[in-house]
Amino acid sequence: MAIRERLSGNEAVSYAIKQINPDVMPAFPITPSTEIPQYVSTYIANGECDTEFIPVESEHSSMSATIGASAAGARALTATSSCGMALMWEELYVAASNRLPIVLALVNRALSGPININCDHSDSMGARDSGWIQIYAENNQEAYDNFVQAYRIAEHKDVHLPVMICQDGFITSHAVENIELLEDDVVKNFVGEYEPENYLLNEKETMAVGPYAVSNYYMESRKAQSAAMDNAKQVILDIGKEYGELSGRTYGFFEEYKLDDADYAIVIIGSAAGTTKDAVDKMRAEGKKVGLLKIRVFRPFPEKEIAEALKNVKGVAILDRTDSLNSHGGPLGSEVTAALFNAKCTMEVRNYIYGLGGRDFRVEDAENVFTEMEQLVTEGKEVEQYKYIGLRG
Amino acid sequence: MATDISKITEKSPWQELTEGNKVYGGATSVHFHTGEWRTNTPVFDADKCTQCLLCAPVCPDSSIPVENGERGDFDLDHCKGCGICAKVCPFDAITMKEGK
Amino acid sequence: MKDTVEIRWHGRGGQGAKTAALLLADVAFNTGKYVQGFPEYGPERMGAPITAYNRISANKIRVHSNIYDPDYVVVVDETLLDSVDVTKGLNPDGAIVVNTAKKPEDIMPHLKGYEGKVYTIDAHRISVATLGKYFPNSPMLAAIVAISGVVDRATFLKEMENSYKHKFAKKPEVIEGNMNALKMVLQEL
Repeated sequence: MAIRERLSGNEAVSYAIKQINPDVMPAFPITPSTEIPQYVSTYIANGECDTEFIPVESEHSSMSATIGASAAGARALTATSSCGMALMWEELYVAASNRLPIVLALVNRALSGPININCDHSDSMGARDSGWIQIYAENNQEAYDNFVQAYRIAEHKDVHLPVMICQDGFITSHAVENIELLEDDVVKNFVGEYEPENYLLNEKETMAVGPYAVSNYYMESRKAQSAAMDNAKQVILDIGKEYGELSGRTYGFFEEYKLDDADYAIVIIGSAAGTTKDAVDKMRAEGKKVGLLKIRVFRPFPEKEIAEALKNVKGVAILDRTDSLNSHGGPLGSEVTAALFNAKCTMEVRNYIYGLGGRDFRVEDAENVFTEMEQLVTEGKEVEQYKYIGLRG
Repeated sequence: MATDISKITEKSPWQELTEGNKVYGGATSVHFHTGEWRTNTPVFDADKCTQCLLCAPVCPDSSIPVENGERGDFDLDHCKGCGICAKVCPFDAITMKEGK
Repeated sequence: MKDTVEIRWHGRGGQGAKTAALLLADVAFNTGKYVQGFPEYGPERMGAPITAYNRISANKIRVHSNIYDPDYVVVVDETLLDSVDVTKGLNPDGAIVVNTAKKPEDIMPHLKGYEGKVYTIDAHRISVATLGKYFPNSPMLAAIVAISGVVDRATFLKEMENSYKHKFAKKPEVIEGNMNALKMVLQEL
């Protein structure tokens, strides 16, 4: 039986960590993810889990220590946000290329500058090419569910890649909401014991991790990483289905909300998807055929599946919570547009930037986007290819 | 079981590399004969050597074997001929000759 | 009662408005509701104006934006009345409750012509009388429950007693004072 609770997103992820009881957690505090190591430390102090917590002097060190622990054979994790992730940038790539099944609890926050502590996706989106699997949550429930699934994906023999479990800073991390938790033994059985085949502390087998690869090996190594990312697709679907059988909540690459017969769709990531659902319901009640595609898995990028889901739509608005500052849009915009192009879709596509640095995204904002897309398609209204929502001026 | 990296060469396809390029089996650098790079070669004169052992720790390639407190002749499979040992030897017991 | 009740809290950093919002979420949760309790975050600065929010509903809550048209507003610190537009967007069929020793009619001039119900509660007097110290949290929590009816009063008292017993397991002597503070507020409103 599920446990009915009310927790913030940070509490939910910490609870999942306690239930999984990983071996090692090096961490350094940064708003808004600080509570995660704080709560886990409290669980450890209270004897509720026996994870080895390592207080380190920076995020460069927290990811380094996590890599070391994982290479040694431990189930390891850390948590961070924003500039903390920026400081572990180098190690993110090392973790992925060493094929270590690390999990990172990322609480999305804007990167400086201007310095800002609130939510946007510039931190994780900047790391989109680091070779990490990226899974995003709409609310505390999904943050919890995604975390419980993370090690199963990361440690799968066809994958062996690190996983980033992302949630929106403050909006979900600090908001208390209803949640359904699984019992401890259910989580324990689902996640299972970690039994790495090869690890540094295995006294029966010597090995070295992270060697220099000259040009004659580097490209082949990268191709192998790319293949593992490709393999991750099926594994993510399988684990999401198995989790659904356990919890009643099945997960895929994305959620389609009233998209079947929709003429206009919003593609979005994170907490704003919930807000958009309210807009969809409101406009459906007014007879508007609108729908939502909420991206859960951004890495690997489910290109064909997204295009298939959107192929009958007349207008697609792709909403990015970060700007690539490349003069033509955000990362989700670029990739979804490319997916549609490759699938030979010819509907109208626009890329909107919203919610930077914690700017609120309201039901009205989503309604305005749908209305604008409809005017673009039916009245030929001119809409810039790439524009900001809620911008003054 | 992990792949034996001695089977991996610069001609191996990507599918045959070890995962994450992990190297299985220890001390594999022994199999890499850096001595092939050598253009100058140290010559050891055992008569002049006092076994002060100043040379062994400065060798960047661990090519001066020390056993029971005494150094032996050079490990020319790995010596790159840098000449540091010859520089530090106070007794002219090491000289550098041109070529292998 | 409409489907989702939205409440906005105004306080100053360190006064516990966020904690009170989370406590209200707790109480409503314990009566079987769907809840949200969240602060509008900035750098944490003692004394700076802060806002916190609650949504309480019989149905699952999906929206994740701030609240712009609240049904109820709680003002934990009356000195905010001149610097913060506390009635902005406030539903005229709803109400505002202000922590002050003044009467509602004395507060009205500060509320920019708000036409809904205005309540005042002297959390300072009640807190000192029942707890011996000034903790505005419990009185203001009782005040919003009293004026909004999001939880019925008897259930509220029962839930809070359980909550205090848990929270103050090592300081049982303060439970009675806190319960008396809640009861005093419920009697006055």
